[in-house]
Amino acid sequence: MADTRYTKDHEYIRIEGDTGIVGITSYAQEQLGDVVFVELPSVGKKVDQGAEAAVVESVKAASEIYAPVAGEVVAVNDALESAPGTVNEDPTGSGWFMKIKIADSSQLNGLMSEADYKAYLDTLS
Amino acid sequence: MRYLPHSDTERGDMLAAIGAGAIDDLFTGVPADKMLKGPVNLPRRKSELEVARILGGLAAKNVPASTVPFFVGAGAYKHHVPATVDHLIQRSEFLTSYTPYQPEIAQGTLQYLFEFQTQVATLTGMDVANASMYDGSTACGEAVLMAHRVTKRNKAILSGGLHPHYAEVVETLSHMANDRVTRLPADVKAAEDIIALIDSETSCVVVQTPDVFGNLRNLKAIADACHAKGALLIAVFTEVVSLGLVTPPGAMGADIVVGEGQSIGNALNFGGPYVGLFATKSQYVRQMPGRLCGETVDAEGRRGFVLTLSTREQHIRRDKATSNICTNSGLCSLAFTVHMTLLGSEGLSRLARINHAHAVKLADMLASVKGIEVLNQSFFNEFTVKLSKPAAPVVEALAAKKILAGVPVSRLLPGAGLDAHLILASTEVNTDEDRATLVAALKEVL
Repeated sequence: MADTRYTKDHEYIRIEGDTGIVGITSYAQEQLGDVVFVELPSVGKKVDQGAEAAVVESVKAASEIYAPVAGEVVAVNDALESAPGTVNEDPTGSGWFMKIKIADSSQLNGLMSEADYKAYLDTLS
Repeated sequence: MRYLPHSDTERGDMLAAIGAGAIDDLFTGVPADKMLKGPVNLPRRKSELEVARILGGLAAKNVPASTVPFFVGAGAYKHHVPATVDHLIQRSEFLTSYTPYQPEIAQGTLQYLFEFQTQVATLTGMDVANASMYDGSTACGEAVLMAHRVTKRNKAILSGGLHPHYAEVVETLSHMANDRVTRLPADVKAAEDIIALIDSETSCVVVQTPDVFGNLRNLKAIADACHAKGALLIAVFTEVVSLGLVTPPGAMGADIVVGEGQSIGNALNFGGPYVGLFATKSQYVRQMPGRLCGETVDAEGRRGFVLTLSTREQHIRRDKATSNICTNSGLCSLAFTVHMTLLGSEGLSRLARINHAHAVKLADMLASVKGIEVLNQSFFNEFTVKLSKPAAPVVEALAAKKILAGVPVSRLLPGAGLDAHLILASTEVNTDEDRATLVAALKEVL
C-alpha cells in the first residue's frame, strides 16, 4: 500500500518510489464545489516545496495548489482538461493532478500522515 | 463644515505604515509650478441665471463639430447616430441599471451584453468577445499584457502605423511591469518591414489597420510570420465602421483583435466615454481580460444569461487576475448594440461604402489642389496629405474660418519631421458643400 502524506492546504502526495502523485483531498474538492477548470504546470517544471504548482477553479473561486515537496514535474493529468469534474468524483484516484520526481525525500517527514490529517480535519469542523 | 473622520493620530499611523513623513510627500510627482497655492479663485456666489450666462459664454468659444464642415478623425469619428439609439438607451431600465452581478434580476442587461459580444465577434471574425473595455487604447494595452501571459514572453513590437496614443498606453503599462517594447518609427507610407524584427523572444506584434495614416495593412503575412516564431498577432482598429468593408482581422490570422467601437452608436463625447472592443480565439478565452457574458440554462432548463469565467477577474484572482478592470463600458456598449442592430450587416456594409466613397471624393478633390499631395495607396475613410507648408497653422487658419480640417500629424507625433502632414477623415456626414468649402479655404491658405 503506497504511503500517502498530506499538507495543511489539503494536498496529498502518494509516494511511489522516487515520485509522488499529487492531488487534492476529498475535503478540498467538497469545499471548492464543482471544479470547472484545472491549470496544470508544464512537464519538466521544477518546483520548490510550497511553491504554486497548479490552479484549480470552481464556479466561484480559484485556488492555488502548492507543491508538497520540491521536485520536477514529470507528468500531468491531461484528462482533466476535458473532464475537470473528475476532481470532484475521484480526487484521490483518477482526479490526480501531477507526478513529481521528489528532490529531497526528507521533506516528506514534515507532512502529515493519514491519521494526523484526519485529526486535523476534525479541528476544522 | 467638512466631515473628515480621521484623527491626527490615525493619519500619523497611516503615514508611518507606508513610510511617508507627511501628506505632502504623496504629491511629489506633481510639478511644483502646477500646485495650487491657495483656494480656487471663484466668486462666493452667483445666481443660476448668472452662472448659465458665464458658462454659456465659455462654451460659445468652441467651434462645435455638429455646426461646421468637419474632417477630424485619427481615433474618433463623427457619424450619424439615429435618434432611436438615444431614445432606447435612455429608457430608465437601461440607463439606471448597474452591474449585472445578480443574474436573476439583470436578464435584460445580460441579454444585450450577449448580443453585443456576438456582434463584436462576428465583425472581427473571432471566436469570442468580451463585454467591452474602457476604450480602444486600453484594450490595446490589455491585449499586449494578455499576449505576454499566453506566450510567457514579454517583448512587444508595435507597428509605426499604430495610433501614437495607443502606443503610449502600451509603453506606460510595459514600463510599470518592466516589459520590453520595440516601437517602430512613424510609418506614413506603410513601408516598414516589421516581419524582419520577429524573433523567438517576441510575444506579440501589434498592427493597426486601417492605420493612423489611413493605410490598409496586409495582416496575413504578418500573422504567418508571428505564428512561425510562436508569437501572437494583435490587430487594432480605431474606426470600427471599416469592418463593414475590409476583410475581418480574424480571417487574416489575428490572435487578438482590439479597437474602438465609438463610431457605432456613440458621439464624439469630447474624447470619451468610448467603448473598447476586445475579441480573441476560443483557446485563449481564459486569458482574456474584462467581463464575459455567457449563455446558460436555469434550474428549470430555461435559457438565461450570466457573467461567466469570473475566475479570471479581480474580485476572485486578485494579483493573478487577467486584469484590474472591474467594469465594462455599459451605456456605450448598449448604444453600439442598438445602432448595430438597426444597421444589420447589410446596413453596415452600405454605411461603410458611403464612407469610403466620400473619402475618395475628398481625396480626388484635394489631389488637384496645388500644394497638396495625397500620400496613401489605400485608405478606408481617412487618409494623409502632405502640404506645401506646416499643417498645424493651416488647421488653425481654417478653424478661424469655421472649418475643422483634420489632425496635423505634429500634434500626434511632435518632432518626427512630419509637420507638413495632415490626416483627414470623411464620413457619411460630410456633404458636397462641406468638401467644396474645405477645398476653397485650403486654396486660399496654401
